[in-house]
Amino acid sequence: MTAVDERSDTTGREVGKARLRKEDQRLITGRTRWTDNLTLPAMQHLAMVRSPFAHARITSIDPSAAKAASGVVAVLTGADVQDVQGSLPNAWPTGPDQKTPAHPSIAVDEVCFAGEVVAVVVARSAAAARDAAELVDVDYEPLPAALDLKEAAADGVLAHPDLGTNVSGTWTFDSAAAGTGTSADDAIEAARSDGIVIEREYRQQRLIPSFMEPRSIVCDPTGEQLVVWTSTQVPHFVRIFIAAVLGVPESKVRVIAPDVGGGFGGKLQFTPEEVITVMAARHIGKPCKYTETRSESLMSGHHGRDQWQRLTLAATKDGRVTGLKVDLLADMGAYLGLVTSFIPMLGALMYNAIYKFPAYHFTCTNVLTNKTWTDAYRGAGRPEATFAIERLMDELAAELGMDPLEVREKNWISHEEFPFDTVAGVTYDSGNYEAATSRAKELFDYDGLRREQQERRERNDPVQLGIGVSTFTEMCGLAPSRWMGQNNYAAGGWEHATIRMLPTGKVEVVTGTSPHGQGHETAWSQIVADRLGVPFEDVEVLHGDTQIAPRGLDTYGSRSLAVGGQALVMAADRVVEKAKHHAAHLLEASVEDIEFAEGTFSVKGTDTPGKSMAEIVWAAFTSHDLPDGIEPTLDSDATYDPENFSFPHGTHLCAVEVDTETGETRMRKYVSVDDVGVVVNPLIVAGQMHGGLVQGISQALWEEAVYDEQGTLVTGSFVDYTLPTAADTISFVNDNTVSPATGTALGAKGVGEAGTIASTPAVVNAIVDALRPLGIDDIQMPCTPERVWRAIQSAGRNQSDATTGAAQPHFEESAPNQDAAAGGAPDAGSAEKGADQ
Amino acid sequence: MTRISLTVDGVGYTDEVEPRMLLVHYLRETLGKTGTVVGCDTSNCGACTVHLDGRSVKSCNVLAVQADGHEVTTIEGLAQDGELHPMQQAFHECHALQCGYCTPGMIMQAIDVLNDNPDPSEEEIRVGLEGNLCRCTGYHNIVKAVQQAAGAGSAAKAGAQS
Repeated sequence: MTAVDERSDTTGREVGKARLRKEDQRLITGRTRWTDNLTLPAMQHLAMVRSPFAHARITSIDPSAAKAASGVVAVLTGADVQDVQGSLPNAWPTGPDQKTPAHPSIAVDEVCFAGEVVAVVVARSAAAARDAAELVDVDYEPLPAALDLKEAAADGVLAHPDLGTNVSGTWTFDSAAAGTGTSADDAIEAARSDGIVIEREYRQQRLIPSFMEPRSIVCDPTGEQLVVWTSTQVPHFVRIFIAAVLGVPESKVRVIAPDVGGGFGGKLQFTPEEVITVMAARHIGKPCKYTETRSESLMSGHHGRDQWQRLTLAATKDGRVTGLKVDLLADMGAYLGLVTSFIPMLGALMYNAIYKFPAYHFTCTNVLTNKTWTDAYRGAGRPEATFAIERLMDELAAELGMDPLEVREKNWISHEEFPFDTVAGVTYDSGNYEAATSRAKELFDYDGLRREQQERRERNDPVQLGIGVSTFTEMCGLAPSRWMGQNNYAAGGWEHATIRMLPTGKVEVVTGTSPHGQGHETAWSQIVADRLGVPFEDVEVLHGDTQIAPRGLDTYGSRSLAVGGQALVMAADRVVEKAKHHAAHLLEASVEDIEFAEGTFSVKGTDTPGKSMAEIVWAAFTSHDLPDGIEPTLDSDATYDPENFSFPHGTHLCAVEVDTETGETRMRKYVSVDDVGVVVNPLIVAGQMHGGLVQGISQALWEEAVYDEQGTLVTGSFVDYTLPTAADTISFVNDNTVSPATGTALGAKGVGEAGTIASTPAVVNAIVDALRPLGIDDIQMPCTPERVWRAIQSAGRNQSDATTGAAQPHFEESAPNQDAAAGGAPDAGSAEKGADQ
Repeated sequence: MTRISLTVDGVGYTDEVEPRMLLVHYLRETLGKTGTVVGCDTSNCGACTVHLDGRSVKSCNVLAVQADGHEVTTIEGLAQDGELHPMQQAFHECHALQCGYCTPGMIMQAIDVLNDNPDPSEEEIRVGLEGNLCRCTGYHNIVKAVQQAAGAGSAAKAGAQS
């Protein structure tokens, strides 16, 4: 028996069917075109020389030994390219006053994070290039490095002394000022005297996207056009920026994203390595390839999250929230990448989540440090917002002694209230929080698990059970161009599609989105098959090459289906409209009388045999008998600019067992009921949820990018940056409710980031719920066994079992073979990863 | 340089290789077997998993010279006469891949897990795949695919016996 029965849908409609993916065949047989698989005639290979210092002046570079090494064609330093390399772009500033450090692809006289490129070696093989990179002699004068986010915000040490401050920009939203609500400060003041005030500070640790395919770039400069293959989510952006940064005419640049092995926001970037590969190829006049090692990827590919969140929630004594104030510190790292500076603000509209808060104030301070720059990572701003509010709602419930779902229901928007104008100034299109929650409770056996929790508490079981809730929403479909313009973005948010009707009846679909694992070839085929009445198998989806798909804004922000899918629908509808004119001529009827259903054009109210789409296409191709003024083609294209975002939501419930003696946590059950609007392919939606869930769970439990006090990334390999394995995770229970998006014909909302946005607070809420009777109300992420154990210890539990110092003499300060604790007694968080080194 | 002779996906090869050359680089760069990929530098991710004399190995953790005289099977050698291996079929049917980068290694390892234990529990499958990282699927559908392939295997066996 197969897992999926493709014939189960008897309506014949493709949308909604669990179609197996068209993409799979080549991927399961190894017939893949990853960028690193490409080999071109006379191709040379690059290796980067990277700074080991977080902040230093480059006093000299001597490449002579490297240049003399066997097989080395060239060595380029910052000084060699400083007149041509330009500065890498920041496309989404906080405002006109933003402090933006110059961002050279190869550092010229100063390095600002460990891993920054200082030279590149070009050689006949990757091994020769790497060997020679070791021979480039760089002298550095180390400078003080700004590392800790809070200290950097106080301008103690400057990451870029020439800027005079580490504060790159600030961004504020106030509901009273915007006219979308009242004053949060007033609400908090009122609650202090007659209500409840919850004040918390949460840490969003730094994460690394960790796509499985390391980034790779090939540039062929030998033809009339520069051709660049790159492992990217955004080939169209890369083309524009190669032109803008290097001064090459855009028409002379072709960018191809071949098979791309995951991105998760990590490949939403225009990278130094892309610029360097193009510069090297142009310099030697031959194709060049650069493929990063995993360590380089972790060290120099952009990171995500890294915020401190100060939160104040005001509520009435019966649990109605009256105001929320959010004050963020966001670590930009050393440079402002493509959208680095606006990532926290993508969460700014989501802190009020599914709730009817009357007052809201948000402020964010962007801070430069001497670490790898941060930028988009799955969810980008929204996971941070969702974590904050969903943790706070649990804290409010605990304060009130209420069930966490009850306190949420008291505050959430009911399904009759859509469309709903929120306190953050956006309009939620549709949703049904009651339905999703009710279904999730049923699948989870919420009441049964609460009973078990009570029993474990009563018998003082060393293994306690916690139940975590997350009733999230998010905004998908980046984005209305007008909204992006109002918020200082350099480009728009539209998407493009072209449909070509081939003479033999096959259909070519060209999309401006750029999938890298999402299954667009399958889902797009389903949409077009329905719209045009052609078989699913006859649709070919083309993408990811700026010569094949010249218009597009690529894939990120759960936008591909919500925006690109609608462009596809519009293009298909235009094909049908054109075809109606051809059909009217062939059927000797007026256009108004032609109707189109299930692939056939017929005359309304008659039983004259109609014409199939294939017949119309062939007639248009031959053009032997066309009426005057009709173009001999049905091909159509469309560019769609959304008027609003779409707002998926869901209820996630998580049960975690916490061993109070060891601090170990074990996930028992995870249920998600998500409303992502109309589902085009349930198989793909479930897959997106599973993967998204694990990335969010992983933030809660395992992942953290850790720097030492010198600014060296100590989690610089998969030994130390601990991605979850199959053995760490469980199988999930997923279901959907459907509230169609109201802004598009498809009714789909977007699903790429939902799981990651929702799951992190569900897990931490579960762990805290298990331990709350011990007086614990927070554990900093990732909630490793050590942190959980320390929290339990500091809460006064199990003190009598503590191992005495004498029992473990090798742990004593004076004993040899151990590192002195840096900077006094480290907290649990900074100590644990370092101890693994 | 050292001379090695080995069989890869049923074809015999003899080459001069640098002693330091890893098997994965030999497969990709010398033989053009680019179906097998590199995902890390530390043998954590398992993307490069192949079979050496029928057992799974991470080919980034084996020198090409160590494969001298042995038989290597990669993802490219699994399908026979246009027929997918049952594990490839199961990955397709269970949507056990998204970007597909980990997939060659994951399939090779999953086959090895079933070779060791034709009827594994979910827990045994998860532990058996612990050395292979996937960032897209959350492993949920990979586990299902291995279960399906195991079921297909035991059904075929039962059919043969009856």
